[in-house]
Amino acid sequence: MKSPETRRHIVQPRTNRQPAYISVFLLFLTRYPIGMNDLPLPLARWFETRGWNMHPHQQAMLNRASAPSLMLVAPTGGGKTLAGFLPTLAELSADLKPGLHTLYVSPLKALAADIKRNLRTPIEEAGLDIRVEDRTGDTPASRKKRQRADPPHILLTTPESLALLTSYPDAPRMFAGLKRVVVDEIHALADSKRGDQLMLALARLQTLCPDLRRVGLSATVEDPDAIARFLARAPDPCEIINADPGPDPDIQMLTTHEAPPWSGGGAKYAIPAVLEQVKQHKTTLIFHNTRAQAELFFRNLWLVNEDGLPIGIHHGSLDRGQREKVEAAMVRGDLRAIVCTGSLDLGIDWGNVDLVIQVGAPKNVKRLVQRIGRANHRFNAPSKALLVPANRFEVVECLAALEAVREHDLDGDPRGAGPRDVLCQHILIAASAGPFEADDLYSEMTGAGPFAALGRAEFDACLDFCATGGYALRAYDQWQRLQQRPGGQWQLRDPRSALRIRQNIGTIQDSDKLKVKWRGRGASLGEVEESFAAQLTKGDTFLIGGQIVRYEGLRELVVEVSRDPGRKPKVAVFSGTKFATSTQLSQRILRYFQAGDFSALPPHTADWLRLQGEVSALPQPGRLQIETFPHDGRHQMVVYGFAGRNAQQTLGLLLTKRMEEMGLAPMGFVSTDYATLIWGLDAVHDPAPLFDLDMLEAGLDGWLAGNAVMKRSFRGCATIAGLIERQLGGQRKTGRQATMSSDILYDTLLKYDPDHLLMQITRDEAMRGLVDFARIREMCGRVQGRIDHIALEKVTPLAAPMFLEVGKVPVKGEAEERLLAEELDRLMGASGLTQIDKATL
Amino acid sequence: MKTFEFSFCGASLHALPTGALFWPEQSLLVVSDLHFGKSARLSAVGGAQLPPYETADTLLKLETDLAQTKAQTLICLGDSFDAPDVADALPEYDRLWITRLQAGRDWIWIEGNHDPGPVSLGGSHLAERTITPLTFRHIACPDETGEVSGHYHPKARLALRGRTLSRPCFLMDRDRLILPAYGAYTGGLRSDTPVLCNLMRPDALAILTGAHPAAIPMPRRAT
Repeated sequence: MKSPETRRHIVQPRTNRQPAYISVFLLFLTRYPIGMNDLPLPLARWFETRGWNMHPHQQAMLNRASAPSLMLVAPTGGGKTLAGFLPTLAELSADLKPGLHTLYVSPLKALAADIKRNLRTPIEEAGLDIRVEDRTGDTPASRKKRQRADPPHILLTTPESLALLTSYPDAPRMFAGLKRVVVDEIHALADSKRGDQLMLALARLQTLCPDLRRVGLSATVEDPDAIARFLARAPDPCEIINADPGPDPDIQMLTTHEAPPWSGGGAKYAIPAVLEQVKQHKTTLIFHNTRAQAELFFRNLWLVNEDGLPIGIHHGSLDRGQREKVEAAMVRGDLRAIVCTGSLDLGIDWGNVDLVIQVGAPKNVKRLVQRIGRANHRFNAPSKALLVPANRFEVVECLAALEAVREHDLDGDPRGAGPRDVLCQHILIAASAGPFEADDLYSEMTGAGPFAALGRAEFDACLDFCATGGYALRAYDQWQRLQQRPGGQWQLRDPRSALRIRQNIGTIQDSDKLKVKWRGRGASLGEVEESFAAQLTKGDTFLIGGQIVRYEGLRELVVEVSRDPGRKPKVAVFSGTKFATSTQLSQRILRYFQAGDFSALPPHTADWLRLQGEVSALPQPGRLQIETFPHDGRHQMVVYGFAGRNAQQTLGLLLTKRMEEMGLAPMGFVSTDYATLIWGLDAVHDPAPLFDLDMLEAGLDGWLAGNAVMKRSFRGCATIAGLIERQLGGQRKTGRQATMSSDILYDTLLKYDPDHLLMQITRDEAMRGLVDFARIREMCGRVQGRIDHIALEKVTPLAAPMFLEVGKVPVKGEAEERLLAEELDRLMGASGLTQIDKATL
Repeated sequence: MKTFEFSFCGASLHALPTGALFWPEQSLLVVSDLHFGKSARLSAVGGAQLPPYETADTLLKLETDLAQTKAQTLICLGDSFDAPDVADALPEYDRLWITRLQAGRDWIWIEGNHDPGPVSLGGSHLAERTITPLTFRHIACPDETGEVSGHYHPKARLALRGRTLSRPCFLMDRDRLILPAYGAYTGGLRSDTPVLCNLMRPDALAILTGAHPAAIPMPRRAT
């Protein structure tokens, strides 16, 4: 076994080596001998000296450079980014004027920095005098200030930094003359509020620079037209250029001697086989779905890594410095493998990766294809990938995913109109930049793809919220945040509030995180969620960065830890992004069950499904299977809806609500993509009446009755819309000061102003993302009352994995009061204070 | 209404579900940290415009408690107003509501760190008030005894079969009683923070608010 000290050498930077990424970045140029005469002389000459030529899609981008909106769809690593920049380089080398020419926006800060390095090579070697600078949250304040006064030719930035730039009164001067905007990884941005915010910022820029041309760079997606509409100025069309998708990937399920476990997500069983694959390949990326799983896997991999192969770890909870070291080591080709999460879904292309391993079911075919594309793109050879199911249900899921990849059946759901919390933030940003006319701002905003269908009444409600809070009780007329000038223009009442608005720009929802540091030495290891830290008591051990650490205490919002000599962490769970399996995959699985032919499955999994068939039954399409059994001192009910995680989650909410009304004392539920598990103090003897669609819909009407999921959504919306201020580094409450939870604001609005704009936004968001009631309706329609209730004595094979799911939602009701009463009795008994009713001191 | 009845320094007291304290022998109701006008103050300085319903929510609660206990005297234990001038800025409707509640009873504003000056509303304004054997003040003094105070907004956190529950609570030992915050937008400070652990004796109790007020040993962090 290697100690953490031995491992550290893998992240030490080496010097004096030609960085691999430059060649990766430019390699796409080597294949196609066409089109050099379209380039201005300095660039053409530079290409000649290098002996390089362009890909057809890069030539097409040059040919169509004058299009107002243009989107390039190319597989991962297809030389997209330079394709986006070629027209800029061509225009600037032909006619170099001072001022901003091209704005490049990427979802990752690291990507901006990387592109800056990569652009330097052609610019310097072609002898061009083009200034390229990046601007992110990490850029020093002095440089930011200079950039506003004297912008470079090419500015590389993020959606948040761009939104901030548009909030300054001098924005028109800074962006004057801007010709092109290049949005990288637009497929990722189009899925999020970050993208919605970016499109509003582009609408702003388009007003400042009417001739601005937009370019989007996208990975392979299921619906390029939707992303094109998202990008283009509404309602204008957008041209799409499709690059050669390359050969089909070579993708298989990893076969192991040992069977995957019945449940769990670690895939520990597969470690020897994975290590063997790492040995056989040059560089392997090992993707995991959660950070906790990545940590455990990394730890276990090193326990058997007897050859000491250099293997690193990369995920979003690790300290940024550590992540950067791992990235740098990877770029130099020093690592044989990286255990990682979605934190490496985007970003720098690494040419030397020749194998991608996906541990755990891929959940989503589109993302799987994009991950696979991270391998072997440089030789136009098929990407090589292996799927490692973490448990036996995932064997079925992996098989379904393999089939979908072979059939090019990418999945994805349309996202719907842009959310109004982002709109509210943008109104505040506009006000920070200076007075505006409501009519102008409205027409500008409807030019942004995601907000093209925005109604004037909706806009006015958002404006009213920004100005007065938008409450039924007009309390803040005296203290309006925005007020109308005599001429009708809107402006900030107190110009100083622009500072607060700028500090709260952004749509990324970070849960409150605490830094983890070594006690005494202060070196940072990474971050954990505050809620995770709150559960720790001194002596608890957990994994971070592949090391077992011992919790020593919390000091000034830093989790202090020491080394622990133990081999097994007591606690290993901290959250991270959880993916939802797409409906398409769920339906494929149901069809497997229906066919009843498990010969394509490994024997262990086939046997497991047969066992499920013997002790209970396998869920069938067109029927709804429900199992009930006692377990863990509670009564359990499993509903196999196969409706996708979000709809199953909603089903859990609605069912527990009905159960509470019926006095069944539900305690909580947890949902996966295929089932919902509900536990409570009393048994459900007849579940059928719970599934009356009308009753479920009626329950939905009473939806806002204070459940945890709604409160979570509210917190996000209220923060983005500017009702709750982010806690900034320097102002984090230090324990002395009381913190007020967003739950109280939610409860107050629910009680006194249930139709308030933010409540509407929260409801919309929940309906769209977390609720997905349409799928419940579809499920009920599909089932038509064919409900199979199977009452059992104990947990069934298919239900077992549910008990290990994270993301349990508590139900606060009768069960909580009953439990509290139990616990009070126990505590008073344990402390020797038996006289509860009359405690006398 | 279920209350938790207990004895403190010889006085027989009730903890109410809302976090108010009732002393039947004196017909005295005590509430702490109302923080009236918090949302208006935040808005005035260009901050967030919180839902402006917290004063009404707090008054509604107080009206109910006064009606149920028929208390002749009310002590507001400091930080009744979020800032010194808030009382003047309260909407007329809320001022009238307070005046209505004051009719026919003694009303004592104890001063707090947020509201040190006198109040333009009726009632007497005091730094502290003693009704033997108890003394009522805003912030606890470490060496005093028989003291009832507020200021800290204490809350308790419990683990219940794998779930955590956080509730505003009274803290009590043989010398002092600390009330939870009564106002709507007040938040809470966990009982296991050092300042409260140092202030309270090791055998202190926490009395949880909520539908069924009940006492438990004060939750502290194992160190």
